[in-house]
Amino acid sequence: VATVEQQPNPLVEGLERLPVHPTTLVIFGGTGDLAQRKLLPAVYNLAHEGALPERFNLIAVSRSDLPHEDYRQMAREAIAKHSRRQPDEQVLSKLLERVRYVPGTFDDDSIYERLDGELREFDEEAGIPFNRVFYLSTAPEYFPVIIGKLGAHGLERREGAEVRVVIEKPFGTRLQEALDLMRLGHSVLDESQVFRIDHYLGKETVQNMLAFRFANGMFEPIWNRNYIDYVQITAAEDLGIGSRAGYYDSAGALRDLVENHMMQLLTLLCMEPPVTFSADDVRDEKVKVLHAIKPVEAHHAIRAQYTAGMAEGKEVPGYLQEEGVPEDSRTETYAALRVQVDNWRWAGVPIYLRTGKRLARKVTEIAVTLQPVPHLAFQAEGSIGVKPNQLVMTMQPNEGVSLSFGAKIPGTRLRIRPVNMEFLYGTAFLSQSPEAYERLIMDAMRGDATLFTRDDEVEGQWRVIDPVLERWSQDDGPLPRYAAGSAGPEEADSLLDPGQRWRAI
Amino acid sequence: MTAARGMWSERDTTPSAIEEALRELVKEHCGHDDAYAPARVLNLVVVVDRDWRGEIMNRLDRVGRYHPSRTILCAVEDGRTSIDATVAITAADDGTPKPGELALARERVVLDLGPRHLEKLDTIVDPLVVTDIATVVWSPHGHPEAVDALLHLSQVVLLDSVNEPDPGAAVARAKDLAEEAYVVDLAWLRSTPWRERVASTFDPLQWRPELGRISAVTVRHQPQSVVAGLLFMGWLAARLGWEPGSLVAANGSLRGNAHGRRQDVELRLESDAQMSVPGLAGVEIATASGMGISLYRGPGGLTARRSDRKGRESTWTVLGASRGESGILGEGIRQALLRDPAYRSALDRVETMVR
Repeated sequence: VATVEQQPNPLVEGLERLPVHPTTLVIFGGTGDLAQRKLLPAVYNLAHEGALPERFNLIAVSRSDLPHEDYRQMAREAIAKHSRRQPDEQVLSKLLERVRYVPGTFDDDSIYERLDGELREFDEEAGIPFNRVFYLSTAPEYFPVIIGKLGAHGLERREGAEVRVVIEKPFGTRLQEALDLMRLGHSVLDESQVFRIDHYLGKETVQNMLAFRFANGMFEPIWNRNYIDYVQITAAEDLGIGSRAGYYDSAGALRDLVENHMMQLLTLLCMEPPVTFSADDVRDEKVKVLHAIKPVEAHHAIRAQYTAGMAEGKEVPGYLQEEGVPEDSRTETYAALRVQVDNWRWAGVPIYLRTGKRLARKVTEIAVTLQPVPHLAFQAEGSIGVKPNQLVMTMQPNEGVSLSFGAKIPGTRLRIRPVNMEFLYGTAFLSQSPEAYERLIMDAMRGDATLFTRDDEVEGQWRVIDPVLERWSQDDGPLPRYAAGSAGPEEADSLLDPGQRWRAI
Repeated sequence: MTAARGMWSERDTTPSAIEEALRELVKEHCGHDDAYAPARVLNLVVVVDRDWRGEIMNRLDRVGRYHPSRTILCAVEDGRTSIDATVAITAADDGTPKPGELALARERVVLDLGPRHLEKLDTIVDPLVVTDIATVVWSPHGHPEAVDALLHLSQVVLLDSVNEPDPGAAVARAKDLAEEAYVVDLAWLRSTPWRERVASTFDPLQWRPELGRISAVTVRHQPQSVVAGLLFMGWLAARLGWEPGSLVAANGSLRGNAHGRRQDVELRLESDAQMSVPGLAGVEIATASGMGISLYRGPGGLTARRSDRKGRESTWTVLGASRGESGILGEGIRQALLRDPAYRSALDRVETMVR
């Protein structure tokens, strides 16, 4: 038994939920879409489960001129509409009692003065300085403004407590912009205070990759260039752009998914085992992978745009016919890259990334194809063939792992066909995965940065993607097309080596 | 024998016939329809009195996502000498897979049997459990001989010590079982939110030293939930290095002392007749330096109150929804796959309190 004056707290042993220091969460953009659909429901669900810090307050900052009570009503409706569970009226009411609202524009000094007053009032009421988490759920152009004002008003530090700033992606739209943003951030905050959210990392599926790779000895010996032939990482969506034309047309598929989510999958797949699973040890290894990626050659990057086609048995418009899309838009709705990680483990193994809107099916997966056996003894007539083993890690829709291998077809002759050994996470665990935002908000309050993107990771991701964007911005040649509901453009086949095929979407 | 899609039943049957029926039903349900996959998380063997079978099945139905993947419910009926069985395959959630997604299939076996079967219940249940996944035994209506027979098949015993009228006997039984298997005690889980809150309350560095100055602890509990209160006390004693003595009954409460490192700690367990659901009603902790902490059930969570030596008071709500009895049972099933090292040491301390 530890002496009580010593750390750690002797009461925490065996507790699944460890104490989190009393915290005030400040959401800039508190009336926005993300706050209403994701952040407020996530906070409610944490409250419902008793997972929030013992003492918790929430302050929303936004332009709309609302009294506290109107904001609480808006929050109540947003939670009722978007929460993954039916809210408990008593918990919701008690949570909303701890919610305050500060109206104003983000460049207005008076909101920071008011915010300072509200924060101090909470601290004084409790007799303890609360940790502060500023969540920037705003358009990216406000990040520098808000961070600058937090610094100017002395809100970036608090004696006896931690101050953290959570930033939503995108972290810039080009490399230089990302570097400028980080420089400005570091003029006010330490890197340890900055939590860059890529909500994809909060999904259980992504963390399962770490467990899959580093808790299972059987895969480690083959996880290298000697056994792996090639890798395909796919993030396909069956839907179009919906009502997001404004954002999507300025972003495109490469920025929307490849620069962040898919690069995260790539680094988790390729990283060396970290010494520990501490935030920096894990992120150090991911950054090494990014440093090892060779510049993507021009003919190793394919983009395309969808045209009208059929989806789920219905006719759907092409990208240029979508509401809000300029008729001369050259924004890519599909991107495929051939990437080379040039290090001891992966040299010579092509890693293919592809993502697109309005493809045949919604699926996110990593398919690792092993090299074929050196001698094909099983060529009996009637065999469907000895195919290379393929290990497929599916993130959605049915999270799981599947391994294909050759098995004998029953009968008197030795004929082979590939079969699958399947594992589905849903069949083996009782719990539902928490929403990614619930996990990430708790991690930010706890100060655990493992699932957040560090500055050098952001830079490394942009160093891979920025030259491709630059080339595409200069290229006014014909843009490849693919029909909505198809598997993507034929041009993507040119990335593959002879004998390789894209997995069916 | 009768059979319908996803269902089979037979009177005066045998374990091998039931096992064969299970295998066929799983193949029929999941092998022929790719939209279903059999859940493989844990086996739950439940031994109940025949008259209360429906009540227990209803409780299990309400645990939602924490439902075991294969449930074998043994309903004991006085005088019965033969075994009747029903096997059903059911889909999780609403049973209809969404396009492109899988639905989980679960299996439920209901055995009607007699007291004479209980001492050798393992020979009946053994062919029916899925191998290589955890097997949990729960016997909410007693039948200790059935639990003893099943111990070598199971890794986990689920029990609720608040059901035992004599706290001393409850603790002794829990300790015995803990020698043979991992014990998940619902009485312990009823104290979890309280333990989490007290750990949080003393977590800030400026208040952590107060843990060493605790001079009195009062726990209020539902009249039948004395063991839940004792386990909370035992947990504090184990974590803070107190040596508790026996508690004695006085004016409807249990009182005693624990020998702490700096001072003795006064312990009080008080029954709260107003409380209708099993578990704790409130906790009060006082320290030698004049600090007081109390936690009581309130709307939307626990109502917390802190007072300091100068008489300043602060009150707030620690947010959290009540889990209800089905939530507690679901949590018990979930905990069967985890390991909590704190229970055994708390139980050891409780043993000295009820001596």
